[in-house]
Amino acid sequence: MHPAFSVVFLTTLIGAAQGLFLALFTGQIFTTFKLMPEQNDPNFYIIGSALSLLLLGAGLFASFFHLGHPERAWRSIAKWRTSWLSREVIALPAMMAGVTAYGAAHYFDLTYPLFETPGGTGIDATLILGFITTALTYTLFVCTGMIYACIKFLQEWHSPLTVINFTLLGTASGFTLATVLSAWLDTELANFYATWAITFTVLAFLFRLASVVRNQKITPKSDLRSAIGVRHPKVVQITQGFLGGSFNTREYFHGTTEIVVRNVKYIAFILVFLIPIILLVVSLQTTGVIIPLIAILVQYMGLIAERWFFFADANHPQNLYYQNMA
Amino acid sequence: MTQLALVIDLNVCVGCHACVTSCKEWNTSGEAGPMTDKMPYGKDPTGTFFNRVQTFEVGTYPNVETVHFPKSCLHCEEPPCVPVCPTGASYKRKEDGIVLVDYDKCIGCKYCSWACPYGARELDEKQRVMKKCTLCVDRIYDESLPETERKPACVMSCPTSARLFGDVHDPDSEVSLAIRNLNGYQLMPEWGTNPSNHYLPRRKTEIRIHKDELKRVDNPLSKEQRKTHKAPGTGPSLDDMTTW
Ligand code: SF4
Ligand code: SF4
Repeated sequence: MHPAFSVVFLTTLIGAAQGLFLALFTGQIFTTFKLMPEQNDPNFYIIGSALSLLLLGAGLFASFFHLGHPERAWRSIAKWRTSWLSREVIALPAMMAGVTAYGAAHYFDLTYPLFETPGGTGIDATLILGFITTALTYTLFVCTGMIYACIKFLQEWHSPLTVINFTLLGTASGFTLATVLSAWLDTELANFYATWAITFTVLAFLFRLASVVRNQKITPKSDLRSAIGVRHPKVVQITQGFLGGSFNTREYFHGTTEIVVRNVKYIAFILVFLIPIILLVVSLQTTGVIIPLIAILVQYMGLIAERWFFFADANHPQNLYYQNMA
Repeated sequence: MTQLALVIDLNVCVGCHACVTSCKEWNTSGEAGPMTDKMPYGKDPTGTFFNRVQTFEVGTYPNVETVHFPKSCLHCEEPPCVPVCPTGASYKRKEDGIVLVDYDKCIGCKYCSWACPYGARELDEKQRVMKKCTLCVDRIYDESLPETERKPACVMSCPTSARLFGDVHDPDSEVSLAIRNLNGYQLMPEWGTNPSNHYLPRRKTEIRIHKDELKRVDNPLSKEQRKTHKAPGTGPSLDDMTTW
């Protein structure tokens, strides 16, 4: 498939935003349930929510460049019963609303316990909104991943690994971002987030590797024989029927060589996993915002490469019909 | 239930592209607006077409066969392109099974084209909406046309009559008979899309001649060569086997 940068930016930006929100709320949960020393800097949640919202908005903005008629985008909520794309279009603004509410609740200091758990922990509005937004975040991850995973003849994508990887990669980059944020705001949570960021990055590495290995072993279900219905082991295309290009020759081919694609894959693995993990481990021993900042910048560059590779790697069966000009 | 479709006879198609040009001509002149071409006479021409004719070579020289292969939307009975459309712009008509795009609703997200394994959909670069074969829905019901012309433009134009049009759900229609009697098949059956359009395979016309048909062993005339009634002939004759 041809990697469109609008979609590359959309999925990586909202992935990081979703991960960042999960990181914020994980921090709050750990504090509330006294799993780690209390930290009560509301600024962290407010700025974090604002940043998450900003990234979601940037992703949404990027997605408009993918559309031929952005002014009709509102129509795309119509078929949520059948279309994962439609569901994503609903889930994204819903999550934006959730994050806004969560940040606002912190801003207006709605921390008065509404009721208490049996363990005596006060549950306030920020926690309730946090739980709701967490659900929305995961819904969005599933919708985004399923857009790709549900197309069964794009065999490289048609796997639960697609959804898992979108989720894990987003979460990893979000936690790295949270590390930067807490280092910058000096909230003493930097090491907590760095540890989680390392964990998620390692997990994401394992699952992404699994999908790369899986995709290398794929045998295409369609071949020229089934494409034109002639039973002979040797069928070659003499002409696709026209000179020059068409939508079909542009949209479904990555337009570069296999060597480039392979190199992008290696670069992605180094930038998304190797370098950030090293930097995050180093940041555990040091203080300061610089090292985590470099980690997230490198990781995000890597994610762009990773998403580019994700598209370039997928092989559409329609390509069987477009192999030769004469 | 009606399911309109094309049946394309690969045994007859000569790859002349008459269907491609007549399709383009009819559909670019319709109410839906032009099917845009960019740089049609330039170095790298590109444009929107509903129908393409491709050519394949089967086998290794000298045992090769050329197959001309017209390709357009197959109006699948289980069209994977329809449920993925977020706006409902892509739909399959209940009354005749034609898969259509509502150009006024389409946002040009291209998702449906990803979900078609045949590459039958093309985004119009100028109008920025998804386009595909409509089975000439604006022709086939047009009562101002004589009844014989209420057919898709490609079917009308095919000089070899390689394209048949009709209801594949009616067991007695021309298309159903062709599919049944001439082994019509569907493309990429492995995806369960159940295409309505069918293709008729290449058919070799062969006569089967057995050796004994080239040199007759039972020459009934061998009787003639006998000088007397009792004399043995040079071979068996029909008279030796039968009594009239
Ligand atoms: S051929 Fe493609 S575009 Fe046409 S109905 Fe089937 S899946 Fe949809
Ligand atoms: S390109 Fe148009 S018809 Fe296709 S899925 Fe998007 S909105 Fe629907």
